Amino acid sequence: MEFFRRVPTIRFMELRRYWYVLSAVVVLGSIALVMFRGLNLTVDFTGGVEMEVEFAQPVDLERARAALKEAGLEEFQVQNFGTTANDLLVRLPPVERGASQAMADRVLGALRTLDLGVELRRTEAVGPQVSEELAEQAALAVLMTLLLILVYIALRFRWRFGVGSIVATMHDPIVATGAIALLGIPFDLNVVAALLTILGYSVNDTVVIFDRMRERFLTMRKTESAQIMNRAINETMSRTIITSGTALSSVIFLAVLGGDTLRGFAVALAIGIVIGSYSSIYVAGAIALDLGASARDFMPPEKRSEADALP
Amino acid sequence: MQRYPLWKGALLAAMLLVAILLALPNFYGESPALQLSRRDRALFDATAITEFEGLLRGAPIPFEKTYVDDDGRLWIRFGGAPDQLKARDLIQGRYEGQFAIATTFASRAPDWLNNLGLEPMSLGLDLRGGIYLVYEVDVQGAVAQLLQRLERDIRKVLRDARVPYEEVTVAGTAMQVRLRDPAQADAATRALRDYDSSLAVTPGTDSGELLVQLTQDQVKQRQDFAIQQNMTALNNRVNALGVAEPVVRRQGLNRIAVQLPGIQDASEVVRVLGKVATLEFRLVDTVNSPLEAQRTGRAPMGARLYKERNGNPVLLKRDVIATGEQLIDASFAPSQGEPAVSVKLDSRGGDEMLRTTRENLGRPMAVVFIEKEREQVERDGQKVVIDRSKEEVISIATIRGVFSNNFQITGLSAAEGSELAKLLRAGALAAPIYIVEQRLIGPSTGQDNIDAGVLALTVAAIFLFAFMILYYRVFGLIADIVLISNVVFIVAVLGLFDAALTLPGIAGIVLTVGTAVDANILIYERIREELGLGNSPWAAINAGFDRAFSAIADSNVTMLMSGIVLFLFGSGPVRGFAVTLCIGIATSMFTALIGSRALIHLAYGRRRRIERLAI
Repeated sequence: MEFFRRVPTIRFMELRRYWYVLSAVVVLGSIALVMFRGLNLTVDFTGGVEMEVEFAQPVDLERARAALKEAGLEEFQVQNFGTTANDLLVRLPPVERGASQAMADRVLGALRTLDLGVELRRTEAVGPQVSEELAEQAALAVLMTLLLILVYIALRFRWRFGVGSIVATMHDPIVATGAIALLGIPFDLNVVAALLTILGYSVNDTVVIFDRMRERFLTMRKTESAQIMNRAINETMSRTIITSGTALSSVIFLAVLGGDTLRGFAVALAIGIVIGSYSSIYVAGAIALDLGASARDFMPPEKRSEADALP
Repeated sequence: MQRYPLWKGALLAAMLLVAILLALPNFYGESPALQLSRRDRALFDATAITEFEGLLRGAPIPFEKTYVDDDGRLWIRFGGAPDQLKARDLIQGRYEGQFAIATTFASRAPDWLNNLGLEPMSLGLDLRGGIYLVYEVDVQGAVAQLLQRLERDIRKVLRDARVPYEEVTVAGTAMQVRLRDPAQADAATRALRDYDSSLAVTPGTDSGELLVQLTQDQVKQRQDFAIQQNMTALNNRVNALGVAEPVVRRQGLNRIAVQLPGIQDASEVVRVLGKVATLEFRLVDTVNSPLEAQRTGRAPMGARLYKERNGNPVLLKRDVIATGEQLIDASFAPSQGEPAVSVKLDSRGGDEMLRTTRENLGRPMAVVFIEKEREQVERDGQKVVIDRSKEEVISIATIRGVFSNNFQITGLSAAEGSELAKLLRAGALAAPIYIVEQRLIGPSTGQDNIDAGVLALTVAAIFLFAFMILYYRVFGLIADIVLISNVVFIVAVLGLFDAALTLPGIAGIVLTVGTAVDANILIYERIREELGLGNSPWAAINAGFDRAFSAIADSNVTMLMSGIVLFLFGSGPVRGFAVTLCIGIATSMFTALIGSRALIHLAYGRRRRIERLAI
């Protein structure tokens, strides 16, 4: 079986101005969305209300969850607590001042359908799981990563490609975050993991395309740069479609069958895979081209065999 | 026909076999379990198994297995969490307070694997629930404590040297000493250097003023000491909680993170971990019999009855020679080939020690470790704070010479020595710690969600495998085998590193599996291209691997570097992701480049001529 009998001849680079505009609009739109609409932060980030309830008899977690869902409550966590199976801990998103009593009554009312003898033992506000400090540290880590990618790609491919690749690597998580804000996907720790995964996928995809460009720049020296890039992109098109297709199908299965906890993770990844394939061509590649990438970048005096140039 | 070296193939096969063995315990899964340890620190024996099995059968609560582990803790494994919780309530009701009971998980792997010492990966708190605490050690406070002590000592040293002073004040990490008579500056300097040669004593701006400076090393040493001390103390207390697989880890410069899987009662944990420890050096009463005192329950005049760690009674004199507040440092170091614990006291403690040792040469001296616990209880509707303390004799040694603030405790085994040094440090004047983060993490993912996730991954994997076989035929099958072995390798290596699996960690594995698929696709697409150019099958295979190599290497090296940076600079979930990412990249490069080539040789290498490749 083969999807591409012949190498396609799409002239990708000619259209890049339009895609720049689109990318810029989407990136700015994503930033605006996150700033103005905001992310649907979960209890992980916001903290919330914690309630301890005691039942007269041992209680089943799943039934308690179902009862709360039926009462129209959302984004709660239920867990066993304390020393007996009669105690439950319910966590809810933060409520406005003074509204916590009403919230507690609602929870208690819902749980009373399971057991009339349920009692509220304690209710209190709790802090977030992700402290500001942790978030700052993560941001620093990502920044250092981008810097290192820039240096490595610049060494292996020349600086034009390095710049293109880190713009693409920033582009992808930003757009994915915008999509998450737009779709209102609950932003929890899993989504953070997904954003890191998108970052990794994006780098991988960009490097694969760049590798073929590097090869073609060496074998087709006389040809115009844009045409060389088009050729490289077309030659890797079947790989791009199969790789992103298989990855996409896997995360779609995860989104459909994987249950509530994995849905946000999977949807974020699906968005990231599509954007990652796009950005390798129209962000990373196009920027390298407009910065003046040409066959000269890969010509002697730095003529070394590829094996020697490996770190 | 192409030859593939036999030794290479054999090595690969052996590596895969080892990896399968290492990864095997994970495929059996885990079941909810209870882990019991006795509060009196005694060990469980086989009779306990029959006792508890009888109790559970009588209830009746179904259970899967009961056994005692190497540390003398009793494990009971159940089919499900409801049974586990019911059993916990039953045991707690029956044996009130006798055991520390941890709700946890136990491996379902067969005994022969457990006997080989192979255990499944531990799951992170986000997957199994528990308590996560971060303590901040007040290192500034620790240095301030040191300065206060130094201030006291300087006053005393000057008094002893008969150098009158006007005042001694703390200024930053230095002491300002103003002497009454500027002419005595030299005498004062000499006295202070005699007392502690590591102090930097310099003349101040005014005549008659001296600056006593702590060196950077001393400040850093004190800060490290404060953190080590608190880590030891937390470790001891965590062990007393009886939690399975607790983690106490230094985090950053001045923080200690504590993870307690399976525990859900934060208030109990915070209380036990918040104990305060101290030490007392006392002489042993060698005249009266401790057994007699234990029998009558009355200690003779001037003495108190204590217990050693092994439970033996011992009588100690009532007078305290020195306390933990006066302990500056305790370290374990062999002296003249013999294990020894070096102890350093401040000058007040040193003076008392000098007086005591001079008068009691040849007599035994003991160190008592005291742990105080503050508890709030409701009594008659009123909240009352009660202090409870546990006292234990951790060392008895004969005084072999006259010494003051620097001495050594010898006659220990290496293990005893390092344990004693740890306990001494734990009992020194504690640097204050604060809880900066406290999280109760429920196994909130819920079993149905875990099941759904496993189902989704299975379906996705089957789809991917089927697609690869349909699209690349024999080569697709090879890719599938390579991918499965890749996952086996990742799991095996993760197990070797004793890393806990978290959700971000699983994301890291998903990413590396994705890039491993990509690596195979890159190679096969390249082989097809080369075949399309009219190359012979073997030339196409070789060219495919060679040409795809630079793309695979560059993308993997970039990701590996990202992983390392994320590991170095990130923390928590970012770190978990980075660890599996790095491991996964290493294994997937190995399997995609070396493993799949070996399999292609296995499939095609024996044929004299290949007409067509099934790709």
